Amino acid sequence: MKRLLLPLLAPLLLAASALTAQAATLQPEKSDLSFTFKQMGVPVDGKFKKFEAQLDFDAKKPEAGKIAFTVDLGSVSLGDASFDAEVVKAPWFDTKRNGKATFVSTGIKPTGPGKYDVAGKLTIKGASRDVVVPITLASGVASGSVAIKRLDFKIGDGEWADTSMVANDVTVKFKLAFAGL
Amino acid sequence: MTPATRYTPVAIALHWLLALAIVGAFGVGLYMTSLPFSPARLKLYNWHKWAGVTILALSALRLLWRLTHRPPADMPMPAWQARVAHLTHGLLYALFFAVPLAGWAYSSAAGFPIVWFGVLPLPDFVPRDKELADIFKLVHRFAAYGLGLLVAAHVAGALKHIVIDRDALLVRMGIGRA
Repeated sequence: MKRLLLPLLAPLLLAASALTAQAATLQPEKSDLSFTFKQMGVPVDGKFKKFEAQLDFDAKKPEAGKIAFTVDLGSVSLGDASFDAEVVKAPWFDTKRNGKATFVSTGIKPTGPGKYDVAGKLTIKGASRDVVVPITLASGVASGSVAIKRLDFKIGDGEWADTSMVANDVTVKFKLAFAGL
Repeated sequence: MTPATRYTPVAIALHWLLALAIVGAFGVGLYMTSLPFSPARLKLYNWHKWAGVTILALSALRLLWRLTHRPPADMPMPAWQARVAHLTHGLLYALFFAVPLAGWAYSSAAGFPIVWFGVLPLPDFVPRDKELADIFKLVHRFAAYGLGLLVAAHVAGALKHIVIDRDALLVRMGIGRA
């Protein structure tokens, strides 16, 4: 009986799941959000410990998908106490006045099997930029990276604006694990 | 054949160049650690690291040269003084390597690998580790203080030859005539 039931049920379950775009929940303990930039040629890595994501996504109708992503900027760490004390200050993330960075998608476009371009608005420190984030989706994990310019968001303002000291290019890397995707 | 009265021109050039570089790197090291977090501080840290690696490389060259070229004979002096002078030289050479290597290890362990002159990334020979970084920081610092003391002893010894003995010691290092 069991052997008969499973092949019968499986297509039904699949069909049911395809009817509605699921709201997936982020699994923070399995997810990573990090970034890399260069300081006088030296690669420096940092990461955010707290972030949230709301995802509505159906692989059958990716265009209808939506993602909203929020990062707690105060949870940043560069793995060095003196850098960590500095990076939350006004010239950098200014976390007293801008606690969160957000990314809100405006469109998802499939580019290949399990690959999508997610266009959206990235807002940090009150400045917004349209960015396109290429992601790879596999077994419930969305991963990828996007290059941004820190000065677009006045990250490292004033005396830190010198890009020969701290490069303008920052690569943001993410691995977001979702349950129910 | 009588032994030469001077070091070879290459040895003399390396001696004075490294003297300048080591005193400079030592001074920058003392100054930069007193600065608050700022672009100036980061800039000096990088310059200091570049200088340190340059000193390490030149010291390797210098040691190789020293081992393959005969130095001039000792000045006439009591045996114990010659022994102290040679011991000082030996310890100086040891610290020419120990100080920059400990600094390099500190950089790697702290997660800020050295990129020589902002161009050439140097390998990390120790893993990134907070506790290891603290240890190498201390080793680097006290080895540098030790090097500073040895340089002071080395200069004091040279001054003794100039002021008290009034001999031709500095000729060996290219200053004056025999």
